[in-house]
Amino acid sequence: MVTTRWWLRRAGLGVLVIWGAATLSFIGLHLLSGDPARIIAGGGGAVSGSSEQILARINEQYGFHEPLIVQYGRFLGQLARGDLGMSYQLNQRVTTVIVDQLGPTVALALGAAVLGFGLALVLAVGTAGRPRAESLFSTLELLFVSTPSFWVGILLLTVFSFRLGWFPVFGNEGVASLVLPWLTLALPITGTLALVMRDGLQRALEQPFATTVLARGATATRLRLRHALRHALLPVLTLSGWTLGTLLGGVVVIETVFARAGIGQVAVTAVNGRDLPVVTGVVLVATVVFVVINTALDALTRVVDPRLRGVPE
Amino acid sequence: MTTVLHGEPPAGLPPVTELPAARALRRTPWLGPALALAFFLAVCLLAAFPDAFAGDPAAIDPVNAFRDPAPGHLLGTDQLGRDTWARVVHGARASLALGFGATALAALVGIAWGLAAGLGGRLVDEATMRVADIFMAVPTTLMALLVVAVLGAGGPSVAVAIAVSLAPGFARVVRVQTQVVKHAGYVQAATALGVRRRGVVGRHIVPNVLPPMLVLATMNVGQSIIAGASLSFLGLGPQASSSEWGSLLSDARDHLQDAWAPAVFPGLAIALTVISISVLGRELRLRFEGRTER
Repeated sequence: MVTTRWWLRRAGLGVLVIWGAATLSFIGLHLLSGDPARIIAGGGGAVSGSSEQILARINEQYGFHEPLIVQYGRFLGQLARGDLGMSYQLNQRVTTVIVDQLGPTVALALGAAVLGFGLALVLAVGTAGRPRAESLFSTLELLFVSTPSFWVGILLLTVFSFRLGWFPVFGNEGVASLVLPWLTLALPITGTLALVMRDGLQRALEQPFATTVLARGATATRLRLRHALRHALLPVLTLSGWTLGTLLGGVVVIETVFARAGIGQVAVTAVNGRDLPVVTGVVLVATVVFVVINTALDALTRVVDPRLRGVPE
Repeated sequence: MTTVLHGEPPAGLPPVTELPAARALRRTPWLGPALALAFFLAVCLLAAFPDAFAGDPAAIDPVNAFRDPAPGHLLGTDQLGRDTWARVVHGARASLALGFGATALAALVGIAWGLAAGLGGRLVDEATMRVADIFMAVPTTLMALLVVAVLGAGGPSVAVAIAVSLAPGFARVVRVQTQVVKHAGYVQAATALGVRRRGVVGRHIVPNVLPPMLVLATMNVGQSIIAGASLSFLGLGPQASSSEWGSLLSDARDHLQDAWAPAVFPGLAIALTVISISVLGRELRLRFEGRTER
């Protein structure tokens, strides 16, 4: 019973969030940006010289002359069918633009997530229980939190691509061109996750069950990997929302640093050209991804930790 | 059996050694915050009077382009022979303005939002907090892109964009704090003594909600500087002539094969400034909460 209610509540909240994001996007599209027809006609900024006829035709084509509430209804209806509208500048459907560029971005984000998690795991398991590692870790965390990741990317590029020539300077070809972007995107995640995992491991190692396991003759390594780690991973799952946000936002900047094609580049180009349908499209897709994955991970947390199941939110 | 059972490291791993600097910082806990404060004040000084400390950031000297750091150009030069030190110093103002401006805006909006939620009754509370949920569900960078797309590129829109993504965080903390303070004994006493509601809010609730916000705001200034630099790096920030640190890095990105100095020092300026602000923020938190960290 509790589980069904939990799912219903989460699904309702998810729909609410997506609707809210869509409404924000609509407000951005229509109320704040001035005359969209002028933006389309002018290419970039608003050009005053466009003739009235052209503006009228654009208004007709995009339906800007209708009352806002009608446009809002149509906008939501299109969204429900998975249609994000037409780009102002690319003369393509926004969905097409996004789907075309999805591959490289997903490869970048997924690889970075795996790398970030793996590095954190190694660091945490290797250093838990060593008091001296404490100061090292808090210093590392401070460094990662305080260093803009695009600068870390630039430094990596300077050293490994331009000085040592180990990796391509930019582009999308092959795994070699992904190594530095992965690392850049993974490092801030590693910093925070390693700290949290290490805390959890430490706490688990102080529990009575740790003594029991060792008394049964298990090695210290086995205790860490088989027994303590499960406890340490729970707080990591609850940080998944933060991790996901960092990834989705990081992708935009990292793609620019490494001059990679992808959703991030599409978004930045669209913002510069004030191609609002593309921007809102990217934001909406990212929000949906964010909400869906977050809900799934929250559900996973409840599967992993049965203690949470009885607790209503 | 003399085996120590608790928390010993697995065999075969080298011991983690402590750096001398780390040891010095641990033994003298005031040293870190003092250094941070000194550095931060120095950056503020540079931002206030850039001309007193560096030459013209726009002075072009093509003969001396792409120089490595050396006497005369302590931090090297860029593709046009402009002095990196001069550009970094003159960029301090724009970077700090973004960080502080965005945080101040976010704090103002967030505090009003949180107070409304905390004091406005159940319905207002539920509605405003769901709105906060929606804002927080959109990843920060993407929300900022949306705002900049709507408002157009430039310093003020970047500040607004960052503020929009930070304000819900402030609102949540203020709301919780308001609810705690609302039920405190002195507030109940004031109400019982017949102080009017406006008086209770103004004299008792708000002054007790605000101090913890100072810590949150300090932490957010650092993150705002980073966010502002990131958006400038994407070409959405203040005009290039302001030589904001993020836009300096964007400029240097295109000439990495020829010079490393312009790509290193603006980033170092960001990192050191944010580190000093974070250290100060942690110190403030310790003072306010009186608890040991972690």
